[in-house]
This record gives sequence, structure tokens and C-alpha cells, in this order.
Amino acid sequence: MKKTFLYEDHLSHGAKMVDFSGWSMPINYGSQIDEHHQVRNDVGIFDVSHMSIFKISGQNAESYLRYIFSNDVKKISSKNKALYGLLLNENAGIIDDLIVYCLKGDFLIVSNCATKEKNEAWYQKHASEFDVSVDYIDNQGILAVQGPNSIKVIEKIFGGEASSLNTNECVKVDGVMIAKTGYTGEEGFEVICENKYLRKIWNSSIESGAKPIGLAARDTLRLEAGFCLYGSDMDESVNPHACGLTWTVDINDQDREFIGKQAFLNINEKDEQKMIGILLKDKGILRSGYEITHIDGKGTVLSGTFSPTLKKSIGLARVDQTNEQSGLVKIRNKELEIEFVSPRFLKKI
Amino acid sequence: MSEIPGDLKFLSSHEWARLEDDGTVTVGISDHAQDLLGDIVFIELPEVGKEVEAEGDAAIVESVKAASDVYTPISGEIIEVNSALEEQPETVNGSPYDDGWFFKVKPINVDEMSNLLSPEEYSQVCED
Repeated sequence: MKKTFLYEDHLSHGAKMVDFSGWSMPINYGSQIDEHHQVRNDVGIFDVSHMSIFKISGQNAESYLRYIFSNDVKKISSKNKALYGLLLNENAGIIDDLIVYCLKGDFLIVSNCATKEKNEAWYQKHASEFDVSVDYIDNQGILAVQGPNSIKVIEKIFGGEASSLNTNECVKVDGVMIAKTGYTGEEGFEVICENKYLRKIWNSSIESGAKPIGLAARDTLRLEAGFCLYGSDMDESVNPHACGLTWTVDINDQDREFIGKQAFLNINEKDEQKMIGILLKDKGILRSGYEITHIDGKGTVLSGTFSPTLKKSIGLARVDQTNEQSGLVKIRNKELEIEFVSPRFLKKI
Repeated sequence: MSEIPGDLKFLSSHEWARLEDDGTVTVGISDHAQDLLGDIVFIELPEVGKEVEAEGDAAIVESVKAASDVYTPISGEIIEVNSALEEQPETVNGSPYDDGWFFKVKPINVDEMSNLLSPEEYSQVCED
């Protein structure tokens, strides 16, 4: 099994390690609910070095990314910024979701670990048309410092230029890239650097008040924020409309050709199922695969969990179009009432 | 992990049973089980009066991660449930062998207790 550079550090903090797509990763260090609250109320640090980093080099890197990525990289290419979007196939099915970072003219892609091989093949398939090189970076890792007090931690370690970044901006300080991005719905930063710097940043963050947070809390945090998880909430069988991700497909520049564009334009959003947030009114826990019914049709729970902040069960679901505000979910032969809400369960940022 | 009280008997599926002085049997899940589950957030208890059969499902425990069935180690009638767990399911994480009990059974045949694992045998199951 693959280990991140900080494997021993996780063990020394009492982590329970699990197999996460071939990586041995910390699922929790104690109570995942305590870790969740730590990020919402204070600051936590996650080792997310299992995620894939690719570097795109060559004169045509921008043109290449404008062709393979749903969002328009032109918006960030002269700035030091990050842009979220999708890799679409020709049918507008979602190959993966990812963040493209542009820092001093260099382009980096950060994407899921389970899709690494698939994405790499896709990148290479189209690289030759643009004469760019796409390289998997295996000597770097990623730390996420997240929570309202993340600014203090980042300021202490990297100074004011990093800590005063606005959302989606990034900067390089002493060879370390710091970006104001994250997957928790809190104010926070992601730090990308060579492995040799990771331990120092990890330890300094903890000395500055951050607590180690496992992947279990990362999942409840992202779900409260309404962020989709690839493999659970989206895959190649669905298009961006059915995932609440229409906004990540930028069609403002009509001259821009990109993979999946024609298929995307041919889809009528009203004919698609839609992504909603669901709240369980009764006690119980929503789980992936549970069936939903409402007055105009049906649907399925995609991700479900217990929300530590709301103290009730929440989920993301894909349902037939409706204006109804409620429906029923089947849990072990019982039909329980659910409320249909915005997936942004916590509207903090 | 905390020490297993000596008066308990176990199923290999991590439920414990304690024969009380009044002849009833109290049932819960082990410390090892709560540790595997992680933070427990919901418990569905059986109805009082329900007849249950040894190794049949009797309750459901849900952690943030997943839902699991809880089997009864002994056959009989459910005579009491720990309804405090409906409001505070996390009690099971903190006190699996005491305050975190699930239900009490009036056994049909108390000899079924001899089919269960001793604390030593159960510890071995957890190590394997």
C-alpha cells in the first residue's frame, strides 16, 4: 500500500489508518465528530498527499487546458489563481473534478487519487495535439489547513502575503505554494510543496493550534458544504446539470472549443434530474442508494451522513424535476419524511 | 482498549450478554465493536414484548460511517430497552459495558448462555 510522506506522523498522533484507493490514510485520530467541530470552530490540518498532482508544461499549456477542462482557464492564466472545474468526455459525462492552479505562468492540476490512471491516460491522449507534456508529480505532497483560525496558522508560518490571500488566490513563499482553497466550507488554505518540507509545515501548524483531522471528518465537512464527491455524487454516466455543476462549464467565449461542449449544449437542463440537498426530519441516517419518492417522481440518495453541526442526517440526492419541498425516503422498509433544501447546508463561504 | 468484565459472554459478531441475578439477560455491544464503528449517532432499539431468536437481528446501530445490525446472543422476549440511547447514542462509545447497554431479554432457555464465547475466547476473535 502507498504511504504519504507523513505516515509515521499519523501513527504517532494515534491515527486509525485505512486503505483509501491503495493509499494508507488516516480515517480519524479519535472522535471524527470532535475533529469536525475542530475545523468548524477553530483550525485543523489534513494530509491529502494521496491526491494527484500533474504539471502541464509547454507553450500551449493554456490552449490545452482550455480544450480539456470545462471551466475556462483563460480567467486565471495571467493571475496567480485556482479554478475548479471538470474533465468531460465527448458525451459531457464527468471523468473527474479537479482544480487547476496557475502560479507564475505554471499550470498544476490537483485531482482525485482513485482516478489517477484514468485521468493520466486522458491527459496523454490529448497532449500530443497541443505539444505539451503532462507529468505526474510524485515528490510533492498536499496539506490542507482549514478552519476560521487557519489564517493565524498560515500567517505564523508563511507571513502576511499568504494569510491575506482571497478565495482561490495562490502564492509561492520559499518554494512552497499556498492557495486559498479547500473542501470543508470553511475559510482555509491548501499547501503544496516538496515532500521534504511537509513535516516541518505539519509540525509548525500543530504548534500553532491546528489539530490533525482524518478523512472521515473531511467527508462530513464537505457534505455540509454541499461539495460533490467524485464516485459518490458524480461519474461518467451523468452530466454537469445533474450534479449542480452547470456553473463549472464556461460557455461565455463562444469560440472556445472544449471536449464535451456540443453534447453539453444539446442537453436541456429541464429534462435532467437535479441535485438537491436533503434533510431527514426523523431520527435515522441517510445512506447512499436509499430510494426517494416525491409527488412528481423519484430519486436516489447519493451521499448521506450525520451532520455534526446540524445534529441530524443530511444528504445529496439526484431526483426527477419538481418544485416540491419535501418527499419520502425508504430506510429499511420504513418511509420517512425528508425536506428538499439547497445542498449548501452551511452557507458560510 | 478497556478490560472486558469477567461476567460477560460474547457472540463473535461483537455483542455481549450478562446473566443478571433475576434471571434476565442484558445485551450490548463490545468495546472493540464501538471502537470499530467510531462515533455512534443513531440506535434503533427493538419493541418491548418482541420475541427474538439467538443470533437473529434485534437492533441497529449507526455510526457516522455505516449502519450495522445488532444480534441478540440469546432467545426470548424483549422486556426492557435502554431508551436513553435514543437521545444519547454516543453513550455506547463511552460506556459500552455499563450505561451503553441496549436491551434486556427474558430468556426461553438460559442454557443458551453456554453457547457463547468467554471473555478470553472473544479477545482471541478480536485479535484474529
